[in-house]
Amino acid sequence: MSRRGDWVYENNGGTCVAIAGADYCVIAADTRLSVGYSILTRDHSKICELADKCVLASSGFQGDIKALHKNLAARELLYQHQHNKRMSCPAMAQLLSNTLYYKRFFPYYAFNVLGGLDSEGKGCVFTYDAVGSYERTGYSAQGTGSTLIMPVLDNQLKSPSPLLLPARDAVTPLSESEAVDLVKDVFASATERDIYTGDKLEIVVINKAGTKREYIDLRKD
Amino acid sequence: EQLINLLDTFTRVQAQRPKRPTGRTATSSNARKKGEEIESGDAATPLPPHSIHRFRNAGDAMMKLDMSALETQFGAPAGEDGGLLFDVDGAAMPAMEFPNCPDFDRFQAKTKDMVKNKRGTTTLAFIFDKGVIVAADSRASMGGYISSQTVRKIIEINPYMLGTMAGGAADCQFWHRNLGTKCRLHELANKRRISVTGASKLLANILYSYRGMGLSIGTMIAGWDEKGPGLYYVDSEGARLKGNRFSVGSGSLYAYSVLDEGYRFKMSVEEAGELARRAIYHATFRDGASGGCVSVYHVGPDGWKKLSGDDVGELHYQYYPVQKTPVEQEMTDASTS
Repeated sequence: MSRRGDWVYENNGGTCVAIAGADYCVIAADTRLSVGYSILTRDHSKICELADKCVLASSGFQGDIKALHKNLAARELLYQHQHNKRMSCPAMAQLLSNTLYYKRFFPYYAFNVLGGLDSEGKGCVFTYDAVGSYERTGYSAQGTGSTLIMPVLDNQLKSPSPLLLPARDAVTPLSESEAVDLVKDVFASATERDIYTGDKLEIVVINKAGTKREYIDLRKD
Repeated sequence: EQLINLLDTFTRVQAQRPKRPTGRTATSSNARKKGEEIESGDAATPLPPHSIHRFRNAGDAMMKLDMSALETQFGAPAGEDGGLLFDVDGAAMPAMEFPNCPDFDRFQAKTKDMVKNKRGTTTLAFIFDKGVIVAADSRASMGGYISSQTVRKIIEINPYMLGTMAGGAADCQFWHRNLGTKCRLHELANKRRISVTGASKLLANILYSYRGMGLSIGTMIAGWDEKGPGLYYVDSEGARLKGNRFSVGSGSLYAYSVLDEGYRFKMSVEEAGELARRAIYHATFRDGASGGCVSVYHVGPDGWKKLSGDDVGELHYQYYPVQKTPVEQEMTDASTS
């Protein structure tokens, strides 16, 4: 189909989801890596912990994603050494946007969701497109299963738009355990209908106590 | 340094070269504007030796993609770390990496289809006697999928200037932020605010240098400077137009009709805001790629202020409340017997 050297991208599939709460943030991604109709591995993590309060999950072309995660982790380390503190989530959000845009003409084929706590301790989720357009939202899904998952999250979590004037309160009503349960349900549903999503679900929860990681089995077919 | 060398060579060679009325000059004049020289077969006017390395064959100048407009005078050249790790001059335009492929345009077209980047739609702005009104919807689509209903399409460049987003969301966000940085630097260097004319020119020049590369930006720069209200339309084709009324995006046709119908120069701020809101509402009603919330801003002598933000779904029932239609026959529940 594509001449060697002419087309360098491939889609390795997978889905990433993040939900922000009043004082927590849940980031989840499946662990399946596929090429075409084949599964290359059932155990590949799409999540990268960039800072103590900042976690990035990306789906798309894993080659570009590896490079992107390494790049950002290196920049975060430099920031730590220069400023004697770790990067905050909003700062990392802008850095990621700029990193993606600098490759505007040869994009990173990566669909990212950045989650964490902002400097006030509130949960924040930033959602991106492939060339760096970003927005702070309350929840987001990216990847091959995103079109299956987003409507469910909209139904459960939709809050008044931040653009409304006079502003209306927009706190996610869910507690941390409810949000984690929602994520598990949503991935179980996406696995039923998306061939690239499945095998195992990796969930990372950030709150002021620290970071917790959990693995749930999904359908392996 | 590269630019100085280029200019140096150009002026020196120009001084020495005689006027050539042949057809050769016509084809070479375009190349000369970019600082390149077509090899002259004229032995009578030898050109200075150090300009020889600027020569290219006439054939090459035609077929090779000319990237000289994209070379930046500062920042690390692409191929090194690209200025990412050691960003000394934050405001300098970064040198962007290009793929090493034989057909750049086809690669860009295919990548564009593959990633289906976020695009934004209906925006409008107009000048009236009390300043500038800027309004936009908030929907972003990725192909046929609505990727967000809460996009900020009115970008706050600084407290007295606004920019709108239509076209590629990432392109608009990045270049508006870059413009904000440049405006701030201008303020610091010149001890006075930049004019709307100046800011729009800065942006237009940057976009012109990326012309043909696939950027998609249709933006309006609205602000209040010493000369009063200012409104410019700038797009990624390199156009820069001064005007009183603009609407940009897929829903702009619908917005224009309502806007043009209701526009008067002398209006109160509330009337002007309501006109803008209605125009965007009508665009979201008929255009599938527009929707979400209408945001309306007013730029006055003291800077911009947000006038209103309304969900278009709710606006619909405000403008067209449900009429209770008289019922012809009423169905009653069957009595249980």
